[in-house]
Amino acid sequence: MTGLGGSRRRAAAPPVLPSIRRYLEDVGTGSVTCEEYMCRIRDRIERHDGELHAYLAVSGDAVERARGVDRGVREGRGGGGRCLGLPVAVKDNICVSSMPTTCASRMLEGYVPPYDATAVSRLLGAGAIITGKTNMDEFAMGLTTEFSAFGPSRNPWDADYAPGGSSGGSAVAVSACECMAALGSDTGGSVRNPASFCGVVGHKPTYGLVSRYGLVSYSNSIEQIGTMGRTVEDAAFVLGIIAGRDPRDDTTIGAAAGADPGAYADGLGGGIEGVRVGVVSEMVEGGAAEPDVARAVRRAASAAEAAGASCVDVSLGMAEFAVAAYYTITSAEAGSNLARYDGIRYGASRDDPDAYEFNAYVRRARALLGPEVKRRMILGGFVPSAGHAGRYYLKAVGVRDRLTRQVDEALSRVDVLLAPTVPVAPFRLGEVIDDPVRMFAADYATVLANLTGKPAASVPFGRAGPDGGMPVGVQVIGGAMRDALVLRVAAELEAAAGPVEAPAL
Amino acid sequence: MSAGGAAGGGAGAAAAGAGDAPARIGLEVHCQLTSLATKLFCPCPSAYRGMEPNTNVCPVCMGLPGTLPRLNRRAVEKAVMVAASLGCSTPERIAFFRKNYFYPDLPKNFQITQLDAYGPSSVGGGGGSVDIGGGDAVRVRRVQLEEDPGRIVYGGGSGSGPRPTLVDYNRAGTALVEIVTEPDMDSPRQARRFLGVLSDAVANIGAADPSLEGAMRADGNVSVGGGPRVEVKNVGSFHDLEKALHFEIARQRSLAGRGIPVEQETRHWDQGRRVTVPARKKEADMDYRYLLEADIPPVAVGAVAASALAGGMPEGVAARRARYASEIGLPAQVADVLSSDRFYSDLFDEARRLPGGGGARAAREIANMITTDLMGIADTREKRGSLRVAASHLADLAAAVESGSVTRASARDALHEAARSGMPVAEIVEAKGLGVVGAGDGEEGGGGELARVVRDVLAAESRAAEQARADPKAVNYLVGRVMAATSGRADPQQTLRLIREGLGDAAGGGGDGR
Repeated sequence: MTGLGGSRRRAAAPPVLPSIRRYLEDVGTGSVTCEEYMCRIRDRIERHDGELHAYLAVSGDAVERARGVDRGVREGRGGGGRCLGLPVAVKDNICVSSMPTTCASRMLEGYVPPYDATAVSRLLGAGAIITGKTNMDEFAMGLTTEFSAFGPSRNPWDADYAPGGSSGGSAVAVSACECMAALGSDTGGSVRNPASFCGVVGHKPTYGLVSRYGLVSYSNSIEQIGTMGRTVEDAAFVLGIIAGRDPRDDTTIGAAAGADPGAYADGLGGGIEGVRVGVVSEMVEGGAAEPDVARAVRRAASAAEAAGASCVDVSLGMAEFAVAAYYTITSAEAGSNLARYDGIRYGASRDDPDAYEFNAYVRRARALLGPEVKRRMILGGFVPSAGHAGRYYLKAVGVRDRLTRQVDEALSRVDVLLAPTVPVAPFRLGEVIDDPVRMFAADYATVLANLTGKPAASVPFGRAGPDGGMPVGVQVIGGAMRDALVLRVAAELEAAAGPVEAPAL
Repeated sequence: MSAGGAAGGGAGAAAAGAGDAPARIGLEVHCQLTSLATKLFCPCPSAYRGMEPNTNVCPVCMGLPGTLPRLNRRAVEKAVMVAASLGCSTPERIAFFRKNYFYPDLPKNFQITQLDAYGPSSVGGGGGSVDIGGGDAVRVRRVQLEEDPGRIVYGGGSGSGPRPTLVDYNRAGTALVEIVTEPDMDSPRQARRFLGVLSDAVANIGAADPSLEGAMRADGNVSVGGGPRVEVKNVGSFHDLEKALHFEIARQRSLAGRGIPVEQETRHWDQGRRVTVPARKKEADMDYRYLLEADIPPVAVGAVAASALAGGMPEGVAARRARYASEIGLPAQVADVLSSDRFYSDLFDEARRLPGGGGARAAREIANMITTDLMGIADTREKRGSLRVAASHLADLAAAVESGSVTRASARDALHEAARSGMPVAEIVEAKGLGVVGAGDGEEGGGGELARVVRDVLAAESRAAEQARADPKAVNYLVGRVMAATSGRADPQQTLRLIREGLGDAAGGGGDGR
């Protein structure tokens, strides 16, 4: 640990794990085996996860499975699919039938789902290996991972800092090289926010591109499973595996699964000559972002121009209402989606003589929920209720519709939007946990893509904050189903930002 | 869904002379789409009856975390057909909503249903109307597609000690259509008639089998003298609903008569005590916090509705009844009985398309055979399923009766035999000797078999013959004897003629002056 004025700030170093492309070459040729990689990851977890707490559960048979992959490669049978045993971490609100799925909540402590999420079964079908389940804010509500019922994760760049959230565990696992890539979920920025805080890449796909079957619902009309990697290419590779229509999710759109697995990773080197980039004024100007963050966005715009793109400022007047609409809609949907946790099937001891009446079951079960979930459940009972829906829930839906029209209009004039991922530098642990309004404000730039169903990626672009700075990400937002373009622009910015860095642990 | 059939405001609620104030009844009927192979949102079988508790479930219908509903398109088609058969219009696109409330039989603690509050998006909008006979019609306000909850078994389990409340989710997620009427009925009897017509209609289009236990359930809304509306729920059968409505009307009239205001509320039918009792206040005041079900994108059903109406839509019960009565000239009651049962109605139409079944007389023979004999032979669903009588039996028998080659009585015997063996009519008539007994007219010496039987009977029954000469009505006894002697194979008209001739002969050729 390199002390900087008493802080626990870590120095930057090249990651100890290679890119997925390199990994596949190594394992495919046998120059480095899957087992060796898996053991390296297991050692990283054993050494560092006590402090970082990226994982809530770690696979017990990953190394054994890795041996199977190597055997397949040696015997010329292939490694079980194009992923060749790729070690992928999965957020704990995505169902994996061989492991608990707790959503970091006491409510689901010990719950093992009887089925795999579609994204997980597609990864397994392509030969990936799930390393474990990652920590998160309870039921994905929060953006620091401090609302996990099982204790927070810590930012690998500085253990005094929050890793962001709610997919904080996945971002930490990627950043600290405790996996090759990870799945997160993004309801209002939950993939991109921790990616930005931990200095990794996070992509929130177009709504409907990735099946939500097996993602435990929080706000089902806007959330998506997203991919996280140390590079844009890594995130794009995993997206290619999990994307595609799913008969189990009627909201999925686009091509059938596996139709073109290289659709996202293969075009990344194509450059961005002639791409029109719009910088969202409301998210950069007039103190909307901290100076370091605003500077990062401006430098990213310059880098895009240097690569042949054209940049203009774009105004989205409705953006100022986005956070209010977001919390109203998500609370209403959360109130409905989490209603099933009533103590009958989950969360209550059955032999309690007091809990013989249904309302008592519900009351007792709900005592298991943490403060942020309770807050949103209470809001969620109120905003769509008779007599209040018109002032809150329905109004929020109206804001979402108008915001979508405005973003669509902007995206008819430019190809992608450029904005901060999080308008502020990473928080310290405990810094905002008792200040929900300040915490909610950090969602300002990310909720836009969720409310409008658009794809958005966060890519590290420099540093922000005191003490030499913590990672800061910039965000690329595109039109629906233009995920490939979003990732191509993100890859160009990544290249401009310099070599990929990881914290020296 | 919420209560339908709002029966006007409460302005004149405490109207005097309420003892016989007019009642208005609206109904809210839940009908399972039992013809579907699978549940509304998952691949579990919809035929849950008779299964071990909680064995007909999957992650989706159990509402396990992370699962999503997957809309059964066949259910949409069936529901659109139900709506169309009731005369309701279907919008271009339908949508689903979540009705949020807590109940242990509801795996997700919300029910996926439909709602028109934000514009028409249910499978059936307004404009529907159902002719319930007697010049009365009941307007249908809306038809919506939704999922059935599980079932709660109170005081279940075995052994001693407190009896637990158990939940069985086998039924959870099966497809229902909810049909809400306007308050157009003024008596429980009319309500019962509506339910009968509705029941025939959903069976007629092949959407549901209303005879299955719990497949159709109805709640009522009752108001008296323009007073507030009371919802009557928890009624086990249509028969009980009629009783519950009677009770509720009497209760409201009695209150009004004593100047006590009727409260707008929900009441439950207490099966044991035969009374309605107030539901917990909470239930009536429930706020369902409806939300659009974002997991199911709006479904374009314009095309489904059009094709259902054009091709797949069977003739309605009323249209059949009219056709039978006016085109074929069946007596009203026969037309009514026949048209209300799709199974027999189809059999009738099929028989009429065959050689021998086409004429008006043959049609009446076939209709009579079905309504007086066949419906008795196959009076249960099981017997119907294994019935061996085909349309060809009916057409052949009708033709034989029409030509006089078998009597009606023999035709009935042959029908019973066909129901047992399925043998063709010609073989049955041959094997059982059911051919009509020849009268022997024109034969040398009147030596026909029937003439011989008549002579024998008159000889053996000389006293009865005497009486018959004195009292023409007494001749029936002699006809009966001849019928018995021929096992019903004698043509009654021929027999009567021959007996009369025989009586005249024996009297010395007196004749009766004809």
